[in-house]
Amino acid sequence: MYPSRFHYEAPRSLEEAFDLLRTYGDEAKVIAGGQSLIPLMKLRFASIGVLIDLNTIPGLDYLDVGPDGSLHIGALCRHRTLEYSDMLRSKQPTISATAPLISDPMVRTRGTLVGSLCHADPQGDWASVMLALDGEIIAAGPDGERTIPTSQFVVGPFQNSLRPGEIAVGARVPAPRGTPVGTYLKLERRVGDFATVGVAVALDMSGGSVVRAGIALTGVGANNIKATAAEQALVGSALNAGTIEQAARLAAEAAQPKSDVRGSATYKRHVVHTFVTRALTSREARAA
Amino acid sequence: MEERRVTMIVNGEPRTADVEPRILLAHFIREVLGMTGTHIGCDTTNCGVCTVLCDGLPIKSCTMFAVMMDGHEITTVEGLGMSSELHPIQQGFRQEHGLQCGFCTPGMMMASKALLAENINPTEEDIRWALAGNLCRCTGYQNIVKAVIWAAEKMRSETAVSR
Repeated sequence: MYPSRFHYEAPRSLEEAFDLLRTYGDEAKVIAGGQSLIPLMKLRFASIGVLIDLNTIPGLDYLDVGPDGSLHIGALCRHRTLEYSDMLRSKQPTISATAPLISDPMVRTRGTLVGSLCHADPQGDWASVMLALDGEIIAAGPDGERTIPTSQFVVGPFQNSLRPGEIAVGARVPAPRGTPVGTYLKLERRVGDFATVGVAVALDMSGGSVVRAGIALTGVGANNIKATAAEQALVGSALNAGTIEQAARLAAEAAQPKSDVRGSATYKRHVVHTFVTRALTSREARAA
Repeated sequence: MEERRVTMIVNGEPRTADVEPRILLAHFIREVLGMTGTHIGCDTTNCGVCTVLCDGLPIKSCTMFAVMMDGHEITTVEGLGMSSELHPIQQGFRQEHGLQCGFCTPGMMMASKALLAENINPTEEDIRWALAGNLCRCTGYQNIVKAVIWAAEKMRSETAVSR
């Protein structure tokens, strides 16, 4: 109900935040949106000695496209900002399609994509999207910055590879190598539930051909799954009934679903196949 | 016991208190400020009965620490209207019977207020999406949607008249 007692700090700069992390070490945890962390604290699954609020640090809420065409999402960029961004609809349709499907409107007001990645819930949606987009986390510490590919950032259930004293300050998605086409399809029992099955599809298309393909799956394995075989089958091809069916089949084979209250393993695998087909058969995919 | 001073503008009035960092905004509103219109329901960030507006946007006050709201503007259902002068949203819930037990209603109305601030002519689908984070066990949502449609029309006509 109540979290256990903690000390609260509201740093005004990243440098101040790094100092606080150094001072308090293991006792400390940073908070951005808090829409995953606070529920854990209320259930006392997380016992935190010192909470360091990132919301009081200016300049972390950016969402923009760099001169090289790469997309930059700051640590305090809210799901709501992604949902309402017109720029994102054309520049990164997969991210644009995912944002409204995250939880519910109130959670989206505060929650952040970067925070969600750091939380590393194996049933989380954003890790699949970032895997499909070859996205990276930007980690900053007192000694400087480094970029961490998503596959190396999420290392286990609720475990990320940030070093002590490091803060994830943003995420970066490389520039598309063609027209970006894609979507996120999520089957959930009700709004706010975790995905029964989620499928992220992100293609870079040029001249009717797939230059780069990203397909990743949520909720059908111990963690988010990058469907590499399905991706590779698409690269260099046009999208037609044959290539789409092959990709859908390979993606379904990559899934490792478990039967549970949300559905049987067979059913979930079938949904993967259906969603990949649907995403690749979309009007946008055919037009590119 | 460590306490921290927090000041927020609540329904237009600055309110200051010394609180433990762990006190949730929902408890702060109810127990420190004495405004019990904001409800506490599920304890798992699901139900939305605790919905308030933070700087005009809807948040779940059960999933926010009061200390994090220092310097921010909070609107609760008490700031929506008064019995002598109901807000169109409150009128709509009354006219269209948008409540039975009333437990979810403050949250529903605050989420609706946020919707109508950005879209004064929502479709039924817009309304259902906007209220997706607010659960109701009594009504089956039908009359809640009608209430918001009623309120939107009232607010549109009031804007038209004042022009």
